[in-house]
Amino acid sequence: MSEDVYVLGVDMIKFGRFPHRTIDGLGAEAALLALDDAGLGIKDMQALYLGNVGHVTQFVGQKILQQIGQTGIPVVNCTNACASGATAFREAYLAVKSGEFDLVLAVGVEQMGKGLLGNAGGGDDGIPREGLLGSRLMPALFAEVGIEHSRKYGTKPEHFAKVSVKNHHHSTLNPKAMYQIETPLEEVMGAEMIAYPNTKLMCSVNVDGSAAAVIASAKKARELGMGRAVRVRASALTSDRFTQRDLTLPDFNTCTRDAAKIAYEKAGIGPQDINLVELHDCFATAEIVHYENLGLCGEGEAGAFIDSGATWLGGKVPVNVSGGLLSKGHPLGATGIANIYEVATHLRGEAGARQVEGARLGLTHVLGLGQACAVHVLEKV
Amino acid sequence: MTDTALANPPTIVPFLKFGADGAPYLEGQQCADCGEIYTTERMACSKCFSRKPFKAVRLPTTGELYTFSIVHRSYPGIKVPFVSATVDLDGACSLKGTLIEVEPDPNHVKTGMKVEVVFRELEHKNKEGRTYVSYFFRPRQA
Repeated sequence: MSEDVYVLGVDMIKFGRFPHRTIDGLGAEAALLALDDAGLGIKDMQALYLGNVGHVTQFVGQKILQQIGQTGIPVVNCTNACASGATAFREAYLAVKSGEFDLVLAVGVEQMGKGLLGNAGGGDDGIPREGLLGSRLMPALFAEVGIEHSRKYGTKPEHFAKVSVKNHHHSTLNPKAMYQIETPLEEVMGAEMIAYPNTKLMCSVNVDGSAAAVIASAKKARELGMGRAVRVRASALTSDRFTQRDLTLPDFNTCTRDAAKIAYEKAGIGPQDINLVELHDCFATAEIVHYENLGLCGEGEAGAFIDSGATWLGGKVPVNVSGGLLSKGHPLGATGIANIYEVATHLRGEAGARQVEGARLGLTHVLGLGQACAVHVLEKV
Repeated sequence: MTDTALANPPTIVPFLKFGADGAPYLEGQQCADCGEIYTTERMACSKCFSRKPFKAVRLPTTGELYTFSIVHRSYPGIKVPFVSATVDLDGACSLKGTLIEVEPDPNHVKTGMKVEVVFRELEHKNKEGRTYVSYFFRPRQA
């Protein structure tokens, strides 16, 4: 059996809107932060894995090296929708796990405009399909998944809205989040309706951002010092296997369940062992269904679970203490590595005001529409 | 070009077809092995991987609203609100579309409600000045 793999350095920039910066400049900033965190330099890296969606055909990874040091190492530019950053992290992990490399860098970066994500679906005829054939915009797709949960288990709009109250509250404790603003329940529910039941405050924030991680073999980690190292206990990536309605309404649940199952089995643990979770709350409805998909609560119990306070900081299993995509922001390609940063920071005991006390095991989850689901389990060393 | 091709209006999806009588219908592609039905062509069955040729079948015009969202914000130029619907067609596949002839309000749109497929002319015309046709869902008429 191959040896463990470690995160030696990890960091992210404060998410925000940086329309006047370059994509490679944003990525380079996170890369240098992660290298500094590890006490290493670009000359020590043997490969670079880059996650991005919007600029991925433009050799973003290579351009980052042109900014911070052209060492001639292999660069792989990964795209997997909102799972792009986690995919880059996983490719980096696998490259070390395989024994090919001892030290590699994973960077996720995105520069986004404002507004709705999705595809208006205009064909050669120039007629937008949006509105004619339902909606393919993200708020509606994830709203339909929430309504499916309501249909099965009686989940109410209030349950979904409480996710936003929680994650916006958590973000007030995270200086790297886009927003640090409390949003009481009435404000969340009274905000502009985007796609019922998701109001504007129940939709993630389109922002620019970057995050990066230095990944090391056990041999290298021992050599450099394990002081702040975090062990990668499991890495799982799935696509959408055939399910009844997946080709009509993207099935975000099954690929998440599959990835979680693989990750728990690889780590030799169960969901009850996890101390904190950063999951893909692209919309408030999504967080509710993922409580069950990740096994944090039983089938049909997600509404009661958010009501119980279990997923708040100080609860049984705090979820998205970073503020999540809803308030920290969601720069697509950066999100997967920003999640790794958040969990690793808690495992290192360095999360300050939002520290999950005694955290030993944490889980990250991202979901790319298409579908790509990545789950990682990280462990305090 | 046959007379039928001249007679049939342009459609918004390729699986909207017209019968010999000119009446529109939706056509599915059924796997010869497992019976799964798709609305788009593929090289092999997504479900059972069979490579046998698919069989063209007429999709039913009745179904049930599986889930929905009421869309209040969309791209510029798209009329809102509208109901985005995922419908399970009776004994066939599921289908995405817009639910019309109902108040776009959660008090009126309910999962599990019976719906039917209807065909409507759109405002859009093609280069030859012919009017596009698409399918919609509406609450099933008694």
